Amino acid sequence: MYKYDNYDQTIVDERVAQFRDQTERFLAGKLTEEEFRPLRLMNGLYVQRYAPMLRVAIPYGLLSSEQLRMLAHISRKYDKNYAHFSTRQNIQFNWPALETVPDILADLASVEMHAIQTSGNVIRNTTSDQFAGIAKDELEDPRPYCEIIRQWSTFHPEFSFLPRKFKIAVSGATSDRAAIKVHDIGLNLIKNDAGEVGFNVIVGGGLGRTPFIGADIRPFLEKQHLLSYLEAILRVYNRFGRRDNIYRARIKILVNDLGKEEFTRQVEEEWSHIKSGVMKLDQKEIERVQRYFTSPEYDDNASDDTSFNELEKSDKGFSNWTKRNLFAHRVPGYKAVVVSLKAPGIAPGDATDEQMDHIASLADLYSYGEVVVTHDQNLILPNVKQANLFALWKKLSKKNLATANIGLLTDMICCPGLDFCSLANAGSIPIAKQINEKFDDIDYLHDIGELKIKMSGCMNACGHHHVGHIGILGVKKKDKEFYQLTLGGSAEKDACLGDRLGPSIVKEEVANVIGKLLSVYVEKRQDEERFLDTYRRVGIEPFKERVYPKTPAKEKAHANN
Amino acid sequence: MQIIKDRNISNDDWVIAREIDDAAFVPKDNTIFPFSYWQLNSGDLLKQNTSHAIWIDGDIETEQLSSHLNHLSIIALDFPAFKDGRSYSHARILRDRYNYEGELRAIGNVLRDQMFFMLRCGINCFEVTEGKNAEDALKSFNDFTVRYQAAADDAVPIYKLR
Ligand code: SF4
Repeated sequence: MYKYDNYDQTIVDERVAQFRDQTERFLAGKLTEEEFRPLRLMNGLYVQRYAPMLRVAIPYGLLSSEQLRMLAHISRKYDKNYAHFSTRQNIQFNWPALETVPDILADLASVEMHAIQTSGNVIRNTTSDQFAGIAKDELEDPRPYCEIIRQWSTFHPEFSFLPRKFKIAVSGATSDRAAIKVHDIGLNLIKNDAGEVGFNVIVGGGLGRTPFIGADIRPFLEKQHLLSYLEAILRVYNRFGRRDNIYRARIKILVNDLGKEEFTRQVEEEWSHIKSGVMKLDQKEIERVQRYFTSPEYDDNASDDTSFNELEKSDKGFSNWTKRNLFAHRVPGYKAVVVSLKAPGIAPGDATDEQMDHIASLADLYSYGEVVVTHDQNLILPNVKQANLFALWKKLSKKNLATANIGLLTDMICCPGLDFCSLANAGSIPIAKQINEKFDDIDYLHDIGELKIKMSGCMNACGHHHVGHIGILGVKKKDKEFYQLTLGGSAEKDACLGDRLGPSIVKEEVANVIGKLLSVYVEKRQDEERFLDTYRRVGIEPFKERVYPKTPAKEKAHANN
Repeated sequence: MQIIKDRNISNDDWVIAREIDDAAFVPKDNTIFPFSYWQLNSGDLLKQNTSHAIWIDGDIETEQLSSHLNHLSIIALDFPAFKDGRSYSHARILRDRYNYEGELRAIGNVLRDQMFFMLRCGINCFEVTEGKNAEDALKSFNDFTVRYQAAADDAVPIYKLR
């Protein structure tokens, strides 16, 4: 993984000093609340419902065991012994005291971490494929480009006061696991007819109140132009993106208002002025950064092991887990292991200090000291030999980290909602709990198979409900919590937005309604169809009918009309 | 007004005319005119043997200035609120694309903690907000000694130094 040199370290150290000074000025009354606000926001510090929330950047989701231990330490020393992994491959602390934040940042800087640009109208943490570097369908590792983008965008002098936040995702594989079509900019590494590798550039996707699938504005961009092209897009957006209405300020609205052709023309025009200058990316730099992302020394004989297959046959609990929580590795005899942070009764994505320490030790023992944060709020140990899987499973189970539910109904995505967030209409964590209580039979969950439930507590869509196979959105009606359901969304290669099921439902009914939806699926499914496939085949009607049956009274009323 | 220019604190007698709606307005020397006023009156203004200055905000398209740059010794860039970042792009385009070498002056809501960014975009003069300490503001130029990316200052992408 990337290691800081003197320059990188100096920047984060100077940032700590700067924020310490800003915090002191604020506490001494030299900065007003209003003046301090943009400054703390640029450091990932929000003031939430009950306490400040500090969001820490985990660039493209990659952590060393040492960094994970530091996060555990921070949760112990400055917070309430736990932290929350977000859908942006970041981590959030919910209860730090404002005065201690400069110290937290100093602790982070000691392990090459920071909270720079984790909030505010800036270029945020660049996200990527959680299986980068090990996936079989990967053309090229996207992380070196994420790191190059991270450096270019850090304290970018021109783009630190954009109309709205700005999110970039990079994927290097055939399957899209980075949701590039619903980002402000999505970059996909592809090969052109001449056999060169470059980027397909997609702009203007996004969720939130007005969801859009991004527009493909450049089928192929040579690598040397990566930064100049990004700079051109950002400049057009910074100049012409709307600033009068925060709900119309994301780049997706600009792209949609101008139309794809006109937007593309403006970007290409801007780009023509800067593409051959200092912004041109040196091949040497690409290679330098790539050297940080080389493979560990794999054991050539890893696949000789036979114990794995035997144990899988003999131990039901283990085989349930291997069915759901492993991901194929490009090297024979290795697997990527998904550590579930979705145990029943736990808020999705939460981990305690003990769990974080435990995972860090297991990463050292079994996975070359690396951990990846997923978009679904779980963690991955990317390089585990199959001979070690059983021991790893046992050890994960001890700390409640081996729930065999990855990709299943209870592997929900869930924003902080009413429990923490001051913008929320309704709770999402209590709904996750309700669902966990109703669906507690692991065999049933396995039978239902892949199902992505995504939940947001308000229209801002931090839980990405639009792209859930089942999406759940919290709304408020007469001061009561209601939930609007959508069906059939996806954030992958076949990206699309879910369809509204019908009128919103009361809180107590959410899990029951999901039960009804699943009963329709079980009746209608053919062969190996997933919920999403069945939905796409049969359409929304049968689901609607089951959840909102026409009552005889209503039919009578109809007849009288 | 008190200004910080090329990293020095000084005073100068330029006055910003925020709005000119009076038909009987008589232009004085050392006025920073709205661009719209300049466009209408540049013929007359150019007859006077002085330096000329205008101000713009984010609503103006930078490209509109291109044929006027030779005549302007100051272009003031307005920052009506800290959140409005459009003038950063004005500065970059004026410096990088048009090679404008006159003064770029930040006016309006110029916060100390943003001056480092402004400087990097090519703004070399800053209006000091009333009641704020210019010495303190000067210090913020030194907040960061390392710059990752190229901009309108002399920085090159940091990797070229590695
Ligand atoms: S979706 Fe709404 S409630 Fe949930 S975290 Fe985002 S802003 Fe808060």
